Amino acid sequence: MDLFEYQGKQFFATYDMPISPGEVAFSVDEAVAAAERLGTPVMVKAQVHTGGRGKAGGVKFAADIDAVSEHAGNILGLDINGHIVGRVWIEKASDIAEEYYASFTLDRSAKKHLGMLSAEGGVEIETVAEENPDAISKIWIDPVEGLTESACREWVEGANLNPKANDGTVAILLNLYRAYTDGDADLVEINPLILTPDDKVHVLDAKVTLDGNSVFRHEDYAQYDETQPRDEREEAANAKGLQYVGLDGSVGVIANGAGLAMSTVDVVNQVGGAPANFLDIGGGANADVMAGALEVINNDPKVKAIFINIFGGITRGEEVAEGILEAMNRVDIDSPIVIRLDGTNAEEGRSILEPKLSDALMMEPTMLEAARRAVELAS
Amino acid sequence: MAIFVDENTKVIYQGLTGSQGSYYGGLNRAYGTQVVAGTHPKKAGTEVDGVPIYANVAEAVEATGATASCIFIPAPGVRGAVIEAAEGGVEFIVAITEGVPAHDEAWFFNKLKVDFPNVRLLGPNCPGIISPGKCNIGITAGHIAKKGGPVGIVSRSGTLTYQALYELKQKDIGCTTCVGIGGDPVPGTSFIDCLAAFEADPETKAVMMIGEIGGSAEEEAAAFIADEMTKPVSSYVAGVTAPPGKKMGHAGAIVSGGKGTADAKMEALAAAGVRVGHNPTEAGELMAEIVAGL
Repeated sequence: MDLFEYQGKQFFATYDMPISPGEVAFSVDEAVAAAERLGTPVMVKAQVHTGGRGKAGGVKFAADIDAVSEHAGNILGLDINGHIVGRVWIEKASDIAEEYYASFTLDRSAKKHLGMLSAEGGVEIETVAEENPDAISKIWIDPVEGLTESACREWVEGANLNPKANDGTVAILLNLYRAYTDGDADLVEINPLILTPDDKVHVLDAKVTLDGNSVFRHEDYAQYDETQPRDEREEAANAKGLQYVGLDGSVGVIANGAGLAMSTVDVVNQVGGAPANFLDIGGGANADVMAGALEVINNDPKVKAIFINIFGGITRGEEVAEGILEAMNRVDIDSPIVIRLDGTNAEEGRSILEPKLSDALMMEPTMLEAARRAVELAS
Repeated sequence: MAIFVDENTKVIYQGLTGSQGSYYGGLNRAYGTQVVAGTHPKKAGTEVDGVPIYANVAEAVEATGATASCIFIPAPGVRGAVIEAAEGGVEFIVAITEGVPAHDEAWFFNKLKVDFPNVRLLGPNCPGIISPGKCNIGITAGHIAKKGGPVGIVSRSGTLTYQALYELKQKDIGCTTCVGIGGDPVPGTSFIDCLAAFEADPETKAVMMIGEIGGSAEEEAAAFIADEMTKPVSSYVAGVTAPPGKKMGHAGAIVSGGKGTADAKMEALAAAGVRVGHNPTEAGELMAEIVAGL
């Protein structure tokens, strides 16, 4: 779950990190009212789940209320990398002496937490990593041992920040690590972390990704789930408990298992087609799940053909076949369906489907042949 | 021979009294796995289809001599269940459960490494392990695997693992052991752990490896294959067309910051001398060619 900047800052604030006072606004009027309460000058910042806001004109300094009104008007509705800005964060402007970068994430190779700190903040860390890797000070943290103050201090001292920033940075990073671990985050990033002219270290931006698997111990994370960007198809699929990712093509894909679903999307692509989605219905493939999946796919106007790719493991072929037929009875399908059914009792399953085959329901013996047929029908 | 589990492996099921645990525990037992005990803190002294339930893993190990444990506990309890199994004295832990927080996984991976260095964890979020004809722990349909050898399989995906077993069976090729390491960010057992074990196993003559997008486990495996392996490997990597930033079903299957793409993984594997197929069927055919040439 990706948080908006303002949600990330509020999340950080609960872990005692210094953030600027601010308010979220959904309209120009709300932005102006917020700025009047906060007092100008303020920053007007687009709240979107994507980077590159500054370049796209989504972050502006407003010296007075008129400027707030003008910038909020321009930024609300702006398209930033395909994300339409629906809310802005109005924040008391800060004076900046220096900009740093700080983050924690999981290093999957080392299987430890990785902290990164750089005196070169304000730019993307990937760019720093490429152009000047020595400018990034790293620390690998054993999750069992955690981050001690002395290890944190050593790490900070190795980053060559302005020495005046060291104490404040250590304090913030210890809290940031606490937010990262106690909060079950995949990523916490502050870019920039600033040193002000009066020598205070301050959090100026927040990028937070929370682990969706941890919601059972964080009841308040439902509020973040609600603000995730999803297209309508993903909303509908999520409501049915299906694993769905929307794509742009015309071949609807249904498969059981994440790996097989990924592979199915790949194969459609390999034979010259364009998949409309990734959809994993899990191991069972019973009628209820299949009907839900068909409904989601069927509501996608771009879909011209549907490819159902099932490999029966524990679930037997005849159960899968009956599930498909029952699901087809429940949902009015607009596009032709191509089925590939393999695995446990595939023969029995296929013989149930045989008599029902038509222009609307076809069957192919292999994944490749079925993909070819579906692509043909979709073009 | 097989790797990690065989006909002598005695298994405890943590969560045998639950619906998933009793279902798959029953199927594993019917396959021939030595399902010797289940655990439940409040149901000690009862039975599930004749399998005795103990209060915890330590008591189950003491009573049965079990050496392995299979976890069918819901995600919030997995961290505790893994440590309970290690403290209880088993050497091999299979965690099937999906949806375990990544911080828990990183925590118990490192905890095991330091405090229980001889314990191997497989998973979480994995289909389990099968040494066909000998032992099946987890949710793999046993009958789709042909027993014997000469191929060992290691995979991050469940259904693609079944697909691989099935492709080989169709070609009348047997499997020594098939390990599903799972699709989460911090798997207890890695590709490299399995490749090393297959390399050391005299009955395994070739290895089929199925990867997917996300992380760099395939690239690390490629380096290991180039440096350490003498046995031929065929491979397939799922997710060539996956859009960046989207989790494709598995928590670990995500391309982020341009890293972890299927193309980069396939390139690394091919450069290490691995025969790389563009779909599971092709990888199966490549393995058939390898086996024919052994």
